[in-house]
Amino acid sequence: MAHVLQTSFLPSSTSLGLNPISGSKGKSQAFQVKAKIREIFMPALSSTMTEGKIVSWMKSEGDKLSKGESVVVVESDKADMDVESFHEGFLAAIMVEEGGVAAVGSAIALLAETEDEIAEAKAKSQSSSASSAQVVEEKPKPKEEVAQAASVAASVASTVSSTKTVAVGSAVHPASEGGRRIVASPYAKKLAKELKVDLGTVVGTGPMGRIVAKDVEAAAAAGVVAASGHASQQHASPAKAAPVAPGIELGTVVPFTTMQGAVSRNMVESLSVPTFRVGYTITTNALDGLYKKIKSKGVTMTALLAKATALALIQHPVVNSSCRDGNSFTYNSSVNIAVAVAIDGGLITPVLQDADKVDIYTLSRKWKELVDKARAKQLQPHEYNTGTFTLSNLGMFGVDRFDAILPPGTGAIMAVGASQLTVVASKDGHIGMKNQMQVNVTADHRIIYGADLAAFLQTLAKIIEDPKDLTF
Amino acid sequence: MHSTLSFSQATTVPRSNYAFDSHSPAFALSKPINLRFCGLRREAFGFSYLTQSCSSRVRFSSRGHSKKISASTGTNGTPPKSFDYDLIIIGAGVGGHGAALHAVEKGLKTAIVEGDVVGGTCVNRGCVPSKALLAVSGRLRELQSEHHMKALGLQVSAAGYDRQGVADHANNLASKIRSNLTNSMKALGVDILTGFGTIWGPQKVKYGKVGFPDNIVTAKDIIIATGSIPFVPKGIEVDGKTVITSDHALKLEYVPDWIAIVGSGYIGLEFSDVYTALGSEVTFIEALDQLMPGFDPEIGKLAQRVLINPRKIDYHTGVFATKITPARDGKPVIIELTDAKTKEPKDTLEVDAALIATGRAPFTNGLGLDNINVVTQRGFVPVDERMRVIDANGNLVPHLYCIGDANGKMMLAHAASAQGISVVEQVTGRDHVLSHLSIPAACFTHPEISMVGLTEPQAREKGEKEGFEVSVAKTSFKANTKALAENEGEGLAKLLYRSDNGEILGVHIFGLHAADLIHEASNAIALGTRIQDIKFAVHAHPTLSEVLDELFKSAKVKAPASSSPVSEPVAV
Repeated sequence: MAHVLQTSFLPSSTSLGLNPISGSKGKSQAFQVKAKIREIFMPALSSTMTEGKIVSWMKSEGDKLSKGESVVVVESDKADMDVESFHEGFLAAIMVEEGGVAAVGSAIALLAETEDEIAEAKAKSQSSSASSAQVVEEKPKPKEEVAQAASVAASVASTVSSTKTVAVGSAVHPASEGGRRIVASPYAKKLAKELKVDLGTVVGTGPMGRIVAKDVEAAAAAGVVAASGHASQQHASPAKAAPVAPGIELGTVVPFTTMQGAVSRNMVESLSVPTFRVGYTITTNALDGLYKKIKSKGVTMTALLAKATALALIQHPVVNSSCRDGNSFTYNSSVNIAVAVAIDGGLITPVLQDADKVDIYTLSRKWKELVDKARAKQLQPHEYNTGTFTLSNLGMFGVDRFDAILPPGTGAIMAVGASQLTVVASKDGHIGMKNQMQVNVTADHRIIYGADLAAFLQTLAKIIEDPKDLTF
Repeated sequence: MHSTLSFSQATTVPRSNYAFDSHSPAFALSKPINLRFCGLRREAFGFSYLTQSCSSRVRFSSRGHSKKISASTGTNGTPPKSFDYDLIIIGAGVGGHGAALHAVEKGLKTAIVEGDVVGGTCVNRGCVPSKALLAVSGRLRELQSEHHMKALGLQVSAAGYDRQGVADHANNLASKIRSNLTNSMKALGVDILTGFGTIWGPQKVKYGKVGFPDNIVTAKDIIIATGSIPFVPKGIEVDGKTVITSDHALKLEYVPDWIAIVGSGYIGLEFSDVYTALGSEVTFIEALDQLMPGFDPEIGKLAQRVLINPRKIDYHTGVFATKITPARDGKPVIIELTDAKTKEPKDTLEVDAALIATGRAPFTNGLGLDNINVVTQRGFVPVDERMRVIDANGNLVPHLYCIGDANGKMMLAHAASAQGISVVEQVTGRDHVLSHLSIPAACFTHPEISMVGLTEPQAREKGEKEGFEVSVAKTSFKANTKALAENEGEGLAKLLYRSDNGEILGVHIFGLHAADLIHEASNAIALGTRIQDIKFAVHAHPTLSEVLDELFKSAKVKAPASSSPVSEPVAV
């Protein structure tokens, strides 16, 4: 592999004396010019959020805002969230109207310091809405490396508001500076250009959250559906009326909400994971007995199942692992049980963190709190996206067995059916009645093999059939 | 082009039973591969058929030499009166090998010093294994191109590859060529001295493995052919796993989803071809304002349209990668880009891997050049046009030559070999100056790029300076029957010439088998053949070589053809 001297070899050597410059120097000036008229940015409310929908503006243009006051409600892919102002001033211009969608980090409104500046800000909003992409790039770099997505996201989400917070905001990618810099693979960029997809609105599902080709394709496909859906909706009924109307209007096409869009993308993505299923029938008489005993203390069946699952998982860490890149096992340090909950118009998976360590009473209280928050769409990102193993229970509907789809990023999900009174032949040849439930685990076969699941289920059955450990 | 690396590694060199290994028919058959991959000379395989008959003699004679070696210990400083060898070559890469074979042909008693493996960069970490990877990537790309297959009426279902299998192919090829090279030298009676060689004094070479006593040998003439190593700019941390050089990449231990390639010259371009065929996405980082800076601009533009734009490649030009941190602690490889002109930080990239292909740096450290008052320039050994080494005072060092990457004149394997042959010609009494303008270069992408002589801007500059008019002729592969039969009509051949006297200034080809096609042009330049004469040469039909036939025929030369090159008509 010979190389003639005149190629890029020479120019590279002139770079030797250069110091790597942090990036904060030259750029901050551009930012400070705008200090009097501040921009309110679309905050990153979760690690997977790349765009947010404005549910409603709580203030109108010209209103005075005090620090900490809620300005706008934003719908992310997981929850609705109030966004508070970090500064005092006047809401000068709203750049993204209610129902509009904006990329994380892009300006959604302008905040003027004095009343006089409102007009100036308004003028500015006209021009800057066109060049919002540039504004994003001119922001100062966060000084510290943004740490692992989920945990950081959690600490910021609720107080998120204007510039400052967004700079520390949750990372879609470890180095993407709170989602303001779009990290997309070369082919994804090419495709986006071809398919006219705005990368700022695409959720990255590639390694470390980068946008890869299939994300762009999915976004393009979704875009087509959304566009056609939007058009027909305008004919059928005024947009505002739709959420108020109870039930479903037949004959209409209704575009996904952000959450439904996220579910859709996740479901399509799950097709790229080679899964398999192993089922097991577990006798629950002992568990039912325990439940009856401690129900009065606020313990729920979900908590009991989560606890039992967590205890089984500690003995089978591979079932609690995940495969991020197709080449390795990621062994999770904690056992976080995500439990699927149906909420109005969607599905969310609140997470019982460290379910193996927390006692059953605390776990039950925690669960109640999570469900309440989920129904109110108030879950914080760390409360729904840190699961390492998922439980899905349809037993309350009388479903005796079903099959769950593995959520991307995790190794296994367990579908739990109803516990039913069953005629069972015992070992000694007698016929008896027992409560039995069927569980069915779907797992990523790249990391979890049949024997792993079988052993895990055996352990789980032992724990459930002799549940004394669940209460410590 | 090669390097005598200081770490010593057991090489396969002089083992008494070695000659027997080489007798299998498979070995003899595999020989011609030498020629194709490294520009080795015909002698390399001409002799392979003789190995059986002369093997005992070879072993005997080499044993004879080693006796002499141990006996010779001269004092440093003054040239010895009698010599152990006529010629010692430091470095058994392609350059050293070419020189050694030619020296033997000229009757010189020759030794070659090698501290690492025979074959140097080209055979072990360069042209040879990369050609294996490119052979795979070319086929895979073709098989995966549904459109292309359909046009030929072929049906292929989901073509895939096994990474380890591909890596093994490259590794096996390198070891096969390496043993061929070793055997060809052994068979000719070239002594292979194992160890790290240094210039000990005038006409003296010291060599030895780490932990073993050094040997000193004397020679009438010495050729330095220590080659080069990948050049890694400051600020880039190479870990061999996620931030790699071509040395690591050729082992193909990992095919990343997304790899940044720093430098878009031959090495970078070839690897982009390999990686994209294997499913990676590539980001080029180029310091100059355009990609493929070494190529003729028109060819570069076309190549970009075919090799870059439709593939999963994007690029940043006019930027330096000032800092590259390998992936660790769950973080990706982080690349900081700095604007080449303003020196302002421009962007940060996070990728799965980075390949540093910013060129090669001469491997001349520890060569003992200070013993003879020679100072390297950025590592390169200064030489004159006859490859004679120049010392710090600007004087020629007698009996010392430097060829190949170590002198930096033209960092190509076959250029090193040509320089070595030129030196041997000189030391055997025939003055010879190598014309580098006739040395072709090739980039083995799919399709290939090849060139010889000047680029268009260089030719125009020369024309302006010397007062002649530069004309350009072009032909397309689309008009070539064979290319169309292969459904590979994408390509261009371009000729730069003097219309007044028909001199060929440069030829550039982008298209199917361009690397094989260039030699008609390079030979014409080397022999001084003019267009008005070569256009009468006949090409078989239908072949790709007709692209060049057309090219020469389309040139408008004012000078008449020389009087018939064939003096006597021959009846057939």
